[in-house]
Amino acid sequence: MSTARDEILGRIRTALRDVTETDPARDVPVAWQYGRATDIADVLGLFVERVEDYRAVVERVPVADVPEAVVRHLRDTGATTVVLPVGIEAAWRAAVEASGLEVLSDEPALSHDELNRVDAVVTAAAVGIAETGTFVLDHRPDQGRRALTLVPDRHVCVVRADQVVTDVPEAVGRLAASVAEGLPLTWVSGPSATSDIELNRVEGVHGPRTLHVLVAV
Amino acid sequence: MTTTNLGMPTRVRLTPAPPEGALIDSPPFPQAAIRELGKDTQRANLRHATHTIRTKRQRVVAELDHWQDLRSAGEAVKNRVARHLDTWLVQLEENLTRAGSTVHWARDAEEANRIIIDLIRATGSDEVVKVKSMATQEIDLNEALEGAGIAAWETDLAELIVQLGHDRPSHILVPAIHRNRTEVRDIFLEEMGRYGTPPPEGLDDDPGRLANAARTHLRDKFLRARVAVSGANFAVAETGSLVVVESEGNGRMCLTLPQTLISVVGIEKVVPTFADLEVFLQLLPRSSTAERMNPYTTIWTGPTPGDGTQDVHVVLVDNGRTRALADPSGRAALRCIRCSACLNICPVFEKVGGHAYGSVYPGPIGAILNPQLRGVESAVDRSLPFASTLCGACDDVCPVKIPISDILVQQRHRIVEAKKAEAGRKPHLESVLMKGGGWLMGDARRLALMQRAANVFGLVGGRAIGHIGNWPVPGLSRWLRARNVPMPPTASFRAQFDKTSDKTRGGQR
Repeated sequence: MSTARDEILGRIRTALRDVTETDPARDVPVAWQYGRATDIADVLGLFVERVEDYRAVVERVPVADVPEAVVRHLRDTGATTVVLPVGIEAAWRAAVEASGLEVLSDEPALSHDELNRVDAVVTAAAVGIAETGTFVLDHRPDQGRRALTLVPDRHVCVVRADQVVTDVPEAVGRLAASVAEGLPLTWVSGPSATSDIELNRVEGVHGPRTLHVLVAV
Repeated sequence: MTTTNLGMPTRVRLTPAPPEGALIDSPPFPQAAIRELGKDTQRANLRHATHTIRTKRQRVVAELDHWQDLRSAGEAVKNRVARHLDTWLVQLEENLTRAGSTVHWARDAEEANRIIIDLIRATGSDEVVKVKSMATQEIDLNEALEGAGIAAWETDLAELIVQLGHDRPSHILVPAIHRNRTEVRDIFLEEMGRYGTPPPEGLDDDPGRLANAARTHLRDKFLRARVAVSGANFAVAETGSLVVVESEGNGRMCLTLPQTLISVVGIEKVVPTFADLEVFLQLLPRSSTAERMNPYTTIWTGPTPGDGTQDVHVVLVDNGRTRALADPSGRAALRCIRCSACLNICPVFEKVGGHAYGSVYPGPIGAILNPQLRGVESAVDRSLPFASTLCGACDDVCPVKIPISDILVQQRHRIVEAKKAEAGRKPHLESVLMKGGGWLMGDARRLALMQRAANVFGLVGGRAIGHIGNWPVPGLSRWLRARNVPMPPTASFRAQFDKTSDKTRGGQR
């Protein structure tokens, strides 16, 4: 008896008897230049504007002031407990720990229920995309495992200016290395939202309902 | 509590029961359309929702100068996929396995459901949380799981509304598009408490508070679930990565918190390279939810130690896709990325809604996809290619340029031919009329004679009434019932032309 795999592949080959060219690239040329940057005059400015469009709070902060800004934004969200990824910048950690907020470590990993009782998380990011107002996490140690930026209701994310690219093609180019390493990716465009009731966008379902993005310049 | 009789001792259901009967046994489209047109609230809800999303889509698409280039790229990549599908699937399997995922193959819905049930049973769990997935709707997974004593909890807000409402999805993207906020509140108040955390006291119909009620209801299910079932928007052959595009974060919950993840993926979902995602992650959000980017996209490449689901399975499903692939012109339908732009723009869908199509794939794409995936044995599948005015609006919005109306016409032809071939069938009046028309127009004298007769009819009839209305003409009354046909003119174009050109020539002389 043939396996389902062999049978499906066999059906496909029978179905494609009319295709005689065996090289996919020669058979169907794709007239698209991959990885191109989009022509944008003020990339950072557009990034800020587009993230704000999703009703996230955005602020440009000089690199030296980031630790202070992280604490200020955490307080603005009303958080009293915060979890920090193990690999977060030492200066940010020091500032948060000195702030009087209760700081939890994810080492050893917090249980789902413990994480569900944490108010906020602070992370770095891997890439920012100006055109779409997106930041992408590749979950290296300065961003933490995926659950950290999902279960707590408030997320303060710091994106470095040199991480912000023009558009999706450039971002996909930069992220290829992370995927090759087997890292998962999370693309975030604003706080969690739904349009499921009458196609009206409502912010805030299961992911963090409050999102603050600091652009370190 | 509702109960069900499966020919076994009656037992209590775990999840809300959907409507009775199988979709494939639905009445043909014209009958179902009349039934659906009678639902006034639904018609108003659909009109509001489709018009809202059309305007938004137009706005975000207009932001990109290179939208047409993107569509062409999407079309070409997907053609490259379909025409070499075996190559990509073998590569995908290899890289999924290398990344630590376990690959399963399913010829049809039954085999897919059996694989999934076995995988869930092996974990010892009797429930799963689900990410919204068309593939699992297509194979009717929830009912198969219910039959196996496993509760499937839908976690997408619209799917939750449908499930709690004992209803069926009516749209690819927004399955509860036929419901308004007040209906949603009523469903939540009535049903939520029976299946978990109840809604807060005094819940009103504010969409934000309704979304919040869903958040609270599902949180406990997410935190305790040990198994999740998802679909995938894309599967990358080059890297063995799967992609889920979503809005609410329910997808991230399912992909991250449980121990085991089972992803059900149609074999046409494969894309060759990671770089190809730059095309589709631009096309899909703008075409579906009409956003520059959807709130969350997760891309995972097997399990990651210490992060997310650790036991990762992928079920590759055929279920009719190779049948569609065998038709060189119809296979374009397999390019579909399930954005639903064709539903939202369709003047027919806007009026009748998704339930009239007797399938989880409604609207223009459903009208071409279902007869290809399921064949044309059922009454509903035979009727679907006719569920269109052929206006072509769907062709213009499709992000991968599927020539939907061309395929509709081809399928109509095929269905007419199939009906003709069936022994003992009387020829349809339409084909008799068409033959007669062909005979009349095949000869200039016959045509002129017919036109003169029509002119006389127009001259006489036109004095009494301006148009041909709902007249009891045998054989034509059903057609005339819905149309006002203008009176024939008092002179034909050919007669006018002859007259004018005679004069012109006369003047030159």
